[in-house]
Amino acid sequence: MNDMTRPIGRAMPRAAARRHAAGRGRFVDDIAPAGCLHVAFLRSPHAHARILSIDLTAALDLPGVVDAFDGPACAELCKPWIGTLDHFPGLRSPEQHALAVGVARWSGEPVAAVVATSRAIAEDALDLIEAEFEELPAVTDIEAALDPEGVRIHENYDSNLAFRLDLNAGEPDAAFAGAAAIVERSFRFNRQTGVTLEPRSLLADFQPGTGELTVHHSTQTPYQMHDVYSRHFGIPEERVRVVAPDVGGSFGLKLHVYGEEMATVAASIRLGCPVKFIADRYESFLTDIHLRDHRVRARMAVAADGEILAMEVDDATGIGPFSVYPRTSAVEGNQAIRLMGAPYRMQSYKGTLSVLFQNKAPTCQYRAVGHPIACMATEALVDAAAGALGLDPLDIRRRNVVPDDAYPYRTANGYMLEGLSHQACLEKLAALMDYDALRRDQAEARARGVHRGIGLAVFVEITNPGPAFYGVGGARISAQDGCTVKLEPSGAFSIAISITEQGQGTEAIAAQIAADRLGVSPERISVVSGDTRTTPYGGATWASRGAGIGGVAVMKAAEAMRANLLDLAGTILQASPEALDIREGVIVDAETGTERMSLAELGRILYFRPDTLPPGTHPLLTVSGHHVPQGYPFAFTNGIQASHVEVDPDTGLVKLLGHWVVEDCGTIINPLLVDEQIRGGVVHGIGGALFEECNYSPEGQLLSTTLADYLVPLASEMPDIRIAHVATPTKTSPLGAKGVGEAGTAASGAALLNAVNDALSPFGAVLAETPLSPERVLRALGKV
Amino acid sequence: MTLDARTDMPVSLTVNGRRTAGIVPVRQTLAGYLREELGLTAVHLGCEQGSCGACTVRVDGEVMRACLVLAVQAEGCVVETPEGFSGDPAMDRLRERFATRNALQCGFCTGGMLVAARDLLAREPRPSRHAIREAISGHVCRCTGYEAIVDAIEAASHGGTAP
Ligand code: FES
Ligand code: FES
Repeated sequence: MNDMTRPIGRAMPRAAARRHAAGRGRFVDDIAPAGCLHVAFLRSPHAHARILSIDLTAALDLPGVVDAFDGPACAELCKPWIGTLDHFPGLRSPEQHALAVGVARWSGEPVAAVVATSRAIAEDALDLIEAEFEELPAVTDIEAALDPEGVRIHENYDSNLAFRLDLNAGEPDAAFAGAAAIVERSFRFNRQTGVTLEPRSLLADFQPGTGELTVHHSTQTPYQMHDVYSRHFGIPEERVRVVAPDVGGSFGLKLHVYGEEMATVAASIRLGCPVKFIADRYESFLTDIHLRDHRVRARMAVAADGEILAMEVDDATGIGPFSVYPRTSAVEGNQAIRLMGAPYRMQSYKGTLSVLFQNKAPTCQYRAVGHPIACMATEALVDAAAGALGLDPLDIRRRNVVPDDAYPYRTANGYMLEGLSHQACLEKLAALMDYDALRRDQAEARARGVHRGIGLAVFVEITNPGPAFYGVGGARISAQDGCTVKLEPSGAFSIAISITEQGQGTEAIAAQIAADRLGVSPERISVVSGDTRTTPYGGATWASRGAGIGGVAVMKAAEAMRANLLDLAGTILQASPEALDIREGVIVDAETGTERMSLAELGRILYFRPDTLPPGTHPLLTVSGHHVPQGYPFAFTNGIQASHVEVDPDTGLVKLLGHWVVEDCGTIINPLLVDEQIRGGVVHGIGGALFEECNYSPEGQLLSTTLADYLVPLASEMPDIRIAHVATPTKTSPLGAKGVGEAGTAASGAALLNAVNDALSPFGAVLAETPLSPERVLRALGKV
Repeated sequence: MTLDARTDMPVSLTVNGRRTAGIVPVRQTLAGYLREELGLTAVHLGCEQGSCGACTVRVDGEVMRACLVLAVQAEGCVVETPEGFSGDPAMDRLRERFATRNALQCGFCTGGMLVAARDLLAREPRPSRHAIREAISGHVCRCTGYEAIVDAIEAASHGGTAP
């Protein structure tokens, strides 16, 4: 598999990159069918309010306005939904409508839609809607949401608790009682949002004649949305088609059900013509899912030799007024609380998770779901424990990671780990970053009054989820993926895949895997993805599952095709199929490599002269393969990251000097793409830890609604990122690939947090709230 | 489109070497006009607030954010969008390096990045990595983490023949 002449393992650019570089991307907003109308939404101006009346008359009178409707009218076409799943026992969330009915529960929640010949006219008409609201007291703060005496967001519930989980493993109480040291932190991880550069976009086109609905949708999960549209609008599955054209970033943001998108479909059904919704940046901030709003109290017990004995964690996380459909908003907290301490041998654990309703935008799964929270809390405590015991941060991790020869291993919280490589990664990182030299540099700099810090973060990452993730809870989200391979008469192949592309290179790696098995170069494989009518049904791309699950489906389909072609070639050449092979597009004698027949010649005979084949031969020239992960519920990956920073104690500014990652995603299909997934992921994590914050007023008004208020990482602030790999292929699949899309994000924030605290250690200052803004740094230093 | 004297004005531009003329609502941005009327959809809208750089174009040789300029303000100007720059060797090198270095993932920021990079190479044929990072710092990329973009621009600049 490491044969560099073979496509798997080769660093290859993507064909799609050339299209984008030439200015020929095709995103939803670039598609403009004749007669296309545009929708804009009236939104609740209050965080919590009763809707008293909505008068659309004046809006409807404006020239160019075609339709306007409110929540109850929308509900006549679109069934409401409930964001719960059975495998989160006790999880509750009320019915949610596309447009609010009766009560609006966050500032920005859509309450009415206007459809017009242009978006500008639709927006003009919004100003003409007469809407009356009765403002209700809002619950925004996590502590306030926990208060049993406080305001309740849902009248029928006895509290604002959506879900609670208690975990208890080993003997945590005894461990804490017998510890040589106990370290403790109270963390506040503030809300972020995704900021995909292409906003949420959708073009719905309902054909009144046939009752067919086609939706061009900027989504990761066309099959899931196909199912949602079919069920919630009562359109038979076979009359729905969802197409994801180029998707301008998703990262988990574009796989949830949003009211605006459902209302846009409703508008198209009402009018029988295409209707487009493109969120503007303001709407994106108000209504895209938010993420990672956690208040975590955590402590760790350690023995005198540095052994981590136990952790105790209390995580309260705010999810907005609803658990998001159809994946629920319990997954983030569930993973955060279970992943605490997961890289370490520690076997005692006590955890409490409270998932709370609040009057803010809904939060849900986003790149590295729960991982950054678990990683920041755990790794900050590991550094604190090292400090308490006088151990070096690298050393305490060496003493505690699960050894590379101890797998399979079961974590305190019950995750089964098939095969990880913490020790190898740790040593590789120490060499890659020259850890000892950096420590010497740090000491010298300190002597000069320059405050540099080094932060480490070990992580595990959940990838390749099986049906345990959603299917068992009742979600209609496929856990399997498929691929169809077609032989073209010229000896090329086209493949259709159910995993989807948002720029990570899904199509490129699928072509590489198929090419590897079919004995042709990847350029001879064309790939179709993202269209529910022309591709096999599948789960698509999320939770780092594309390569590890969809890639195996491609491999199986390509192997089946290969077997067919060798059989047919054997018939024509009167050779046994086992004696033949396909290399560089040619059927060869397997032993000698002598050319017997080109694939083009085989294709010509099979398609145009099948009369020359023996009677009864009906060649199967389009074949499929499917794969569902089995054996382990997930394939865990692992790695370690390091951050090097300089903190200015006068201004509170943090400057990133360097960042390193060593990770293990098993078999690497395309190193070029893997490394860029890691880099992009690292910067996402750094953004969350250093800059990004959805700032709300106490009344629940979002204050950060532009890219000038909500800061994302820019090129001048980011360092070059050095990456190295250890490869432990998973034995659960013949491909051996695990996921990699989220590894960067899982631990970069934790490494950064530790680096900043390391830099500030001479001052005795400790930060435990993100983002690490200059103001927070100065506050930790007691300067403001 | 017919002219409504209260809201519309005629506009004529040279876009990617071709002369165009039309009537636009005064409030329409240049980005909107390029996208909707001329079909130049590589001009992307990531914020419409002037802060993401996805809509960057060149107007009379100056780099501008097409979401901040009204179409009528560009009257008589020469406009280049990411689809343009044909026959420009420096842009050809940039496109090639962006593709081979995988300096884009979703591609939504790419047009703006390329126009900004082309402008940098016109000013500074051999920019340092630091200068490259500064030059693209008004451009948000949510996918790449920027390093591959910096690499690609650096590699494209090494041709050294950018005017
Ligand atoms: S769309 Fe113009 S700068 Fe963002
Ligand atoms: S490649 Fe997606 S935003 Fe830059």
